[in-house]
Amino acid sequence: MSAVPKPGTGQTQPETRVVTPAGIEVPVVVTREMAGDADPGLPAAYPFTRGIFADGYRGRPWTIRQYSGFGSAEESNRRYRFLLDQGQTGLSVALDLPTQCGYDPDDPMARPEIGKVGVSLFSLSEMETLFAGIDMGAISTSFTINGTAAIIYAMYLAAADKQGVPREKLTGTIQNDILKEYVARGTWIFPVRPSLRLIADSILYSNEVSPRFNAISIAGAHVRDAGCTAVEEMAYTLANGLAYVDELIRRGGDLTKFARRLSFFFYVHMDLFEEACKFRAGRRLWAKLLRERYGVTDDKALHFRFGVVCGGSSLVAAQPYNNIVRVAIENMAAVLGGAQSIFTCAYDEAFQIPTEFSAEIALRTQQIVQHESGIAATVDPLGGSYYVEWLTERMEQGMLEVMGEIDAYGGVVKAIEDGWLQRRIAVRAKRKKEETDRGERIVVGQNQFRREAQADSYGEVFRLDPQISARVLAKHAELKRVRDAARVERSLAAVEAAAAADTRNLMPLLIECCHAYATVGEMVDRLKRCWGEFQEPVSL
Amino acid sequence: MSSVVGPGSLAGKRILVAKPGLDGHDSGAKVIALALRDAGAEVIYTGLRKSPAFIVRVAADEDVAAVGLSILSGSHKELAREVLDGLVAAGVGDIPVFVGGAIPPEDAAGLLAAGVKGVFTNDMPLAQMIAELARALA
Repeated sequence: MSAVPKPGTGQTQPETRVVTPAGIEVPVVVTREMAGDADPGLPAAYPFTRGIFADGYRGRPWTIRQYSGFGSAEESNRRYRFLLDQGQTGLSVALDLPTQCGYDPDDPMARPEIGKVGVSLFSLSEMETLFAGIDMGAISTSFTINGTAAIIYAMYLAAADKQGVPREKLTGTIQNDILKEYVARGTWIFPVRPSLRLIADSILYSNEVSPRFNAISIAGAHVRDAGCTAVEEMAYTLANGLAYVDELIRRGGDLTKFARRLSFFFYVHMDLFEEACKFRAGRRLWAKLLRERYGVTDDKALHFRFGVVCGGSSLVAAQPYNNIVRVAIENMAAVLGGAQSIFTCAYDEAFQIPTEFSAEIALRTQQIVQHESGIAATVDPLGGSYYVEWLTERMEQGMLEVMGEIDAYGGVVKAIEDGWLQRRIAVRAKRKKEETDRGERIVVGQNQFRREAQADSYGEVFRLDPQISARVLAKHAELKRVRDAARVERSLAAVEAAAAADTRNLMPLLIECCHAYATVGEMVDRLKRCWGEFQEPVSL
Repeated sequence: MSSVVGPGSLAGKRILVAKPGLDGHDSGAKVIALALRDAGAEVIYTGLRKSPAFIVRVAADEDVAAVGLSILSGSHKELAREVLDGLVAAGVGDIPVFVGGAIPPEDAAGLLAAGVKGVFTNDMPLAQMIAELARALA
């Protein structure tokens, strides 16, 4: 929450307007009358303001899921085994940019980026190595993958086949949310409409073959990171969610069935109440939209299940150890909002790949919140607070207004193709930066409460093994030498033919490509031949 | 604050804001592009996923006063090197190159030693970046 401080004193003037970061003016006190009907009802009852489970976290604690992955599959496999040994309950795989954007490691665009922001998974051989000694049937795995999500999902299924794990036992998530990639995260490959086809293929296939696997995680985290507010983050995400619902219905999907497997992913920033209320408001708005606009009545299909990431752009380079405290507060906001899985950033994560030391503190933060703070003892402990119910209502109204603006423009697909949404977020990001520059948003250690010669070092520096790139390139070359080239060509040709035809589900064909050890770059190149590439609107 | 800060301090300057490599984080690049435009510059923004060769070609063809590279994927050393070498090879090695993004402090010194004229990180106020740029291009 920000207020204009009296110059020189650091004190807030009592008459100053206080607004949340989303711009909602906060009363000095919220009374029973102002809160209106402050009774949010029961958890597990429509519209699920208080959560989707009657027993909250008592029945099932949130999944502690730390995002990690770097270098080659061997390095990441070692880090995963370390994290599992330390009590982590799910894996979250970070992939390198060549894998995310569909380039093989030997492509000139890929070379500087191999293994940098995640692990290189150029073919099934790497996925097998990644899970060596880890029972794929016993853990849930989340992949932050979008442009090549269908391919990575195919590769995951193929790796499970190799381990002898039945596909129906697999649990986990692929992000697979391409719409927000065009707006914020930037790992798009194909134009919007064929991308939607590929997403529908993977969701519909997953519903049949790996029914416990979430084939999409509709994500607001990245648009938030790019600069928009908590209200906009939720509104854009729900708008994208409805666009996927429409596409799946168009493809003949059974709404009650696929809606049960839609999941969401958000950021959490520092305003504890605004963030908790964002989740409460989003959860009930999604249920209302599906019930009122689409006639869904099945409770499980109305459930808004979501994961949360704490940190990232809300972390501060100055006095970096303060970030441990920020992450703890954000962790609590996510719990108070009812998240199903949480990833806490390490204090150095905004600046480098976390070291084992910083990654362990991030994990321990969650364990302290989960086991020591008492926050998970009862369902929705904030429920019925005048302020919380008032703010939840305000935020829900704000979300509906933003969604109305997108509808008025012509829908989210058009808004993205035209670059309208991208421009809107860029302007918002600039305003946020200017507010921080002017000190209207206090950032401790950065624009206030600095001291001379303060320690801005984050201690141990993570250094990626400089030989990784060479090792990945050597493995890639070796794979191409030993695999059955005829089987690779047959499988790729089948994908290309089906992609051009716009009828068959591509998933079985992509799985065969993976089993043949075709590479990610080869599969993407065949699809590009049919579909072309997205032309980014760059006017600002 | 110096007189070069403020509206018009970059008037008449054509500046290329570029995203080399595969990094998809474009919020910073867009914020900078908008701020440069506010300061009077004529801004060319490349969009995402451009090769160093493409960036060099645009810089030379458009006769820009400066190139800004935005990199948050950790590949700043390799990508800045390729752009600097490319500009020299294209006969426009005098175009100053600035780098912004997630740049660890110890890497910033290396970039400056390699020929980059300035390194900007996200905790630096926009006015300060514009002022430094205006001084460098004066």
